[in-house]
Amino acid sequence: MTQLTRKEEASAEIFTPQGTLPADPIFNNVVKVAGLAVIGVLIWITLVVAGDSLPAIRQFGFGFLTDSNWDPNSDQFGGLSFVFGTVATALIAMAFAIPIGLGIAIFLTEDFLPEAVLTPISFMVELLAAIPSVVYGLWGIFVMIPILRPLLQWLSGGSSSGYGLFTAGLLLSIMVLPTVASISREVLKSIPRSLRNASLALGATRWETIFRVMIPAGTSGIVGACVLGLGRALGETMAVTMVIGNAPEIPKSIFAPAYTIAAVLANEFGEASGELHLSSLFFAGFLLFVITLLVNILAEIFVRRVSLERQ
Amino acid sequence: MVNREDVNRENIGIEKSSTGNLVKTFTVRDMAFYYGTRKALDGINADITEKSITSIIGPSGCGKSTFLKSLNRIAEAETKVRIDGKILLYGQDIYDPKVNLTRLRKRVGMVFQRPNPFPMSIYDNIAYGPRLFGTKDNLDDLVESTLKKSALWEEVKDKLRTSAQGLSGGQQQRLCIARSLAVDPDVLLMDEPCSALDPIATLRIEELMFILRDQLTIIIVTHNMQQAARVSDHTLFFNTDESRIGNLVECGATKTIFSNPVDKRTEDYITGRFG
Amino acid sequence: MISTSSPNKPDLIEELDQPLNFERAFFDKGMTILSIIFTLIALVPLFSVLYYVLVNGFSSLNWTVLTSLPAPTGSIGGFGNAIQGSFIIVALATALSVPFGVLTGIYLSEYGRDNVVDDFIRFGVNVLSGVPSIIVGVFAYGVLVIPLKTPSAWAGAFALAILMLPIIVRTTEEALKLIPWELRLASLGLGANRFQTIAKVIVPAAFPGIITGILLGISRAAGETAPLIFTAASSTYWFTRPNLPTASLATLIFSYATSAYNDLKSQAWAASLLLLMLVLTINILARFVFRRRF
Repeated sequence: MTQLTRKEEASAEIFTPQGTLPADPIFNNVVKVAGLAVIGVLIWITLVVAGDSLPAIRQFGFGFLTDSNWDPNSDQFGGLSFVFGTVATALIAMAFAIPIGLGIAIFLTEDFLPEAVLTPISFMVELLAAIPSVVYGLWGIFVMIPILRPLLQWLSGGSSSGYGLFTAGLLLSIMVLPTVASISREVLKSIPRSLRNASLALGATRWETIFRVMIPAGTSGIVGACVLGLGRALGETMAVTMVIGNAPEIPKSIFAPAYTIAAVLANEFGEASGELHLSSLFFAGFLLFVITLLVNILAEIFVRRVSLERQ
Repeated sequence: MVNREDVNRENIGIEKSSTGNLVKTFTVRDMAFYYGTRKALDGINADITEKSITSIIGPSGCGKSTFLKSLNRIAEAETKVRIDGKILLYGQDIYDPKVNLTRLRKRVGMVFQRPNPFPMSIYDNIAYGPRLFGTKDNLDDLVESTLKKSALWEEVKDKLRTSAQGLSGGQQQRLCIARSLAVDPDVLLMDEPCSALDPIATLRIEELMFILRDQLTIIIVTHNMQQAARVSDHTLFFNTDESRIGNLVECGATKTIFSNPVDKRTEDYITGRFG
Repeated sequence: MISTSSPNKPDLIEELDQPLNFERAFFDKGMTILSIIFTLIALVPLFSVLYYVLVNGFSSLNWTVLTSLPAPTGSIGGFGNAIQGSFIIVALATALSVPFGVLTGIYLSEYGRDNVVDDFIRFGVNVLSGVPSIIVGVFAYGVLVIPLKTPSAWAGAFALAILMLPIIVRTTEEALKLIPWELRLASLGLGANRFQTIAKVIVPAAFPGIITGILLGISRAAGETAPLIFTAASSTYWFTRPNLPTASLATLIFSYATSAYNDLKSQAWAASLLLLMLVLTINILARFVFRRRF
């Protein structure tokens, strides 16, 4: 740590403005502009999406959030059912992804397996994240739903078609699993080994150590991982669109068809029937943007706390 | 080899005459230690006397820490290990497959190189071990008496519920010692406990060791010759050669080892370190 | 010798052998088994997806499908134009994203270290990587599709470029930070200025890492569907100009999967196989071939 500081000092001396040649400040500004462009894009996204929602905001205001009636034919737009579906699918997904992802993260860090077995398994878990969402959707329609349908029909008393909130949440959980698992794994790995040994040396079993020392020590990072996963689940589009059943209403049961903001954007955005319809879609998009933005900022705060603690 | 055995007996004789205590906490016989397939220690024969302080000295890489970690079987928590020969704790083979690791480690506590309090309150750090073994009542009393035993009570009694990581390095290390004492061990293993501390904090740890000496067996690995000479009753000197397999060169009363070592290597190491 | 040293503490001898109480032992074993089950559960979908995509994909894959245009139901058609379109859109996106991404990575690693501005930028990069891809599509729609009055390859590429950006920035920054500090000092010591040092020493040394970042970005972009549905939309013709609607594999899978015709469904599997192989190949290539460390 001190060494690094010395390095920084050395660099500060060497990089004084007097010592640099004319080519330098130009390049300096070029890279700075590129960096600020990232921030610019974020602001630009906010302005465009918010700006194009204005007609709908003026028309419906906060009523958009309390009304679940979405009827393009009569120019009546309420986004409640989409917000509900978005949050509900994401929560179902997290209910599966958190325990399973955390279980995997623990299994892959706590010396259960030799390195030679660990590496391929963790690689495979990360491959889950590389499979395109639309391929999951295709698999969901033609493989997962036919397998699940009898179970869902039994659970729902025969009314389920297989498409619906629960199916979408389940498919989502597979997609956010790598996020939860791999970040939690990094967090657990970064906890000093001696902490675990200290617990074992006191006579704790392996899992007592995990639950009483490792997980508490990694709490903020693990929460960060879960919140990041939640952010992904909220915004995930294709797979959900393909299996949720796309019914713009608040579902009567967890197995009934529903709709999410992302799904309605995917389905209706290209063929919006009028200005108000398009603007309402922008408004729904803006809501999703704000929700995920908040969730991601929250995740960022948690993850940052980890790096501060480790210093 | 034969020579060393003689030396051991001779030293035990000296101990007997000086302290009259022959009860052995650990008895190590023909012990060889492997990390995977790599041999780290070979031909170790040693006795650790009860209720005394034994220091383990030797150059880096000689297997001091490995030896220490073999005594509470914590080495196997990190990697695959194997052991030949026997290590007996009060006559019982600790590598017997029937041995329950958690019970062994409760009996053989350990303090690590760097202070490593758990990221929880001071109180919870102390209560951690007792809670594992089902203690629920009188935890407050237990925490208090343990902290008093560790000479830490006066410094922390007003902030028991605050994070242990807010303590100074020396206090943290004494807290780690207290944490080990809370489960009432027979042995305390200390792996260079003062290497991350300043001289004053080191002194306080040493004072604590003196207080604890009457209650349990302490084994300390140290790089600091003065410390070994100051605090310990017995000394084990480990060394290694080109084979990088550690062995026990000499052991006996600290006074004898430091004033009149039998082996040339011990003498060289000690004088070199003091120089 | 041994027997003489053991008479003390007979109570302890029993204690070491005594098993852990049932509750603790059960918890320990049970949790281990549970975590193994969880890991296996997670791998089931992976193998299932790979299996079905391989089996269904190969059985529907043939030369005609790969090289011809979509045809009316009943006659033999394919999705050659979607393959072409995917490559063009992703190539455009890469060309747009790489300069910004690499330069931002250079800025974060080489210029501002630990000041407010680059902390802010780093924060922005993380937030941007969490913006749902569909929202980026909505944004591109507002910026390019509405003014141009038509979906286009440009709009699709613009959306994908934004999605690639955070990945490229992060991996570039990481790759540059892995270069030993002494290398910079050595170059500066020889009289090079900072730009020369970065351009001639640091970036070439970190090149494999930067390529990794670009490949990971491409692999993400190639699989993205949501932002393309209404920005690049679809087309039944070969690509001619980037300011016209352009087909892509990902959107084709979406529309064919939900169609009523079996031959289109089987084409969706074939397209999935192609897309998956493309994405996984690039991804694995990025991880193993180019990830050399100093």
